[in-house]
Amino acid sequence: MKAAAFEYCRAADIDEACGWLAADDGARVIAGGQTLVPMMVMRLARPTRLIDINRIAALSYIRKDGDGVAIGATTRQCVVERDATVAAELPLLARAVPWIGHSATRARGTIGGSLANADPAAELPLIAVTLDAVLSYRAGGKTGTMPAHEFFVGAMVTALPEGACLTSARFPVWKGEKIGIGFHEVNARRSDFAFVSAAAQVELGADGKCKRIAIGVGAATDFPMRLEAAEKQLTGTALEPKAVDTAVRGALAGIEPLSDLHASADYRQRAAVSLAIRAVADALSDAKGKKTHAH
Amino acid sequence: MRIELNVNGVTRTLNVEPRTTLLDCLRDALDLKGAHAGCEHGVCGACTVLFDGVAVRSCLMFAAQAAASAITTIEGVTPGPGELSLIQDAFCETHGLQCGYCTPAMIMVAHALLADNPEPTREEIVDAISGNICRCTGYAQIVEAIALAAERMRGVNRPRSLNK
Repeated sequence: MKAAAFEYCRAADIDEACGWLAADDGARVIAGGQTLVPMMVMRLARPTRLIDINRIAALSYIRKDGDGVAIGATTRQCVVERDATVAAELPLLARAVPWIGHSATRARGTIGGSLANADPAAELPLIAVTLDAVLSYRAGGKTGTMPAHEFFVGAMVTALPEGACLTSARFPVWKGEKIGIGFHEVNARRSDFAFVSAAAQVELGADGKCKRIAIGVGAATDFPMRLEAAEKQLTGTALEPKAVDTAVRGALAGIEPLSDLHASADYRQRAAVSLAIRAVADALSDAKGKKTHAH
Repeated sequence: MRIELNVNGVTRTLNVEPRTTLLDCLRDALDLKGAHAGCEHGVCGACTVLFDGVAVRSCLMFAAQAAASAITTIEGVTPGPGELSLIQDAFCETHGLQCGYCTPAMIMVAHALLADNPEPTREEIVDAISGNICRCTGYAQIVEAIALAAERMRGVNRPRSLNK
C-alpha cells in the first residue's frame, strides 16, 4: 500500500498550478487528497507529478456573491459544514455535507476536490446539480465557467478542459420566504458510499402552492440527475402526495441505474423513487413550517 | 526532498521521498509508533493524528504536505514520561481498550472532540468515533471512556463547593 514515486510541487498561485498541469501529461492536482491518496496507494492512479494547491490561500473562501454564495475550491468540507452563511443561505448544502465521509476526512476533503473527482456516489455533485451551481475553472491564464449539469458527464469524468483547474463553485440562493429542503441517502453504514441519495428544495407561494421546485437524484446513475419532468409537473400544485408519487415515478421510469454487489439496478431504481418522494415531502413540510417575515 | 516537520512541539528537518505518507514518516523516520498502520487507505482510522488541532488520517496525506503545520501524535498528549493524559486514564478506567490497536487513534479523536465540545452528547461521541474501527468491537466502553473524560475535564478547576 505505497504510492508509486512522483514529483511533488506546491503551487503558490493558481496560474502556476495550471502551468505545471499543462506541461506534464502525467501531472495531477491534489487538494484534500481523501480520494486521490487511496487511489495512489492502491496504484489505481500513478501521477508522475502532484501539484499541491492546498496552500493557495486565494482558493479558500465562502462569500456572498450577488444573489449567490461562492465557495473556493480548496475550502475544506468541515468549514462549509460549520459556516453560518452556508447554513442560512444554502440549507440544502448544509444538510448534505455531514453525509460526506467522516469528520476526519471532511477535515481535509475540499469542495472543489469532491466536485472535480465526480464520484457518482458523492453528495457535493448532487447538490451542485440540484441547486444549479456554476463551476469556475482556470486554464492557460483564462477563467471559464460551466453549469454543474454540463460539468458531470460520466462516472469520475467531468467536462473540465484539459489542463484546467477548478477554482470555485457558485451556488444561487433562493430568495423566497418559504423555502424548504429535504435530503435522504441510503448506504451500508453512515458515511460509506451512497447507494442512492436524493435532494429536494421547494419554494411555496403565499397561496401555499409550489412556486419552484428542484429535485435531484445521486448515486443511482453515472452522475447526478435532475428530475426535470417531475419539477415541471409539480410546479403550481399543492404537492399532494399522489401527484408527487406519480411525477417522481414517471421521471425515474427510464433511467439505467448502476448495479454492483451492494445494490442491484432494480434496488437502486426503487430506492431512488422512495428517497426522492421522501425528500420532496420533507422539503414541503420544512417550507410550511417557515414563518413569514414581516417586512 | 527535505522537509521541516513540527511534531509534538519539536521541529525537525527530515529527508523524505515525496511519496512517503505522513504516517510512514512518523513511524519510520521519527520512530513514533503510536499512530498505527491499519488499512493504509483511509478506511480504519487507526492512523489518526491531530493536524493543527484537527483529527485527520495520517495515511491520507504525504509528509511533504505537512510542512509548516503542527502535528500531535499520541506520544504528545501525555503530561510527562510515564504519565497518562486525563483521556488515556479514562480509557484505562472504563476498559476502553482491548487489543489496543485502535486506541491511540480513538484517544486522538477524543482529544479533538473535547477541545471543541466540552459537553458532548452520546450521539456526538458516537459520531466523532464513527470513522474509527475497533476490531474488538469494544465501542460501548470507548464511548463510556470519552464521556467520563469529558465529565472530569469539565470538573477541572471547579470549586469543591459546587460539587454535589
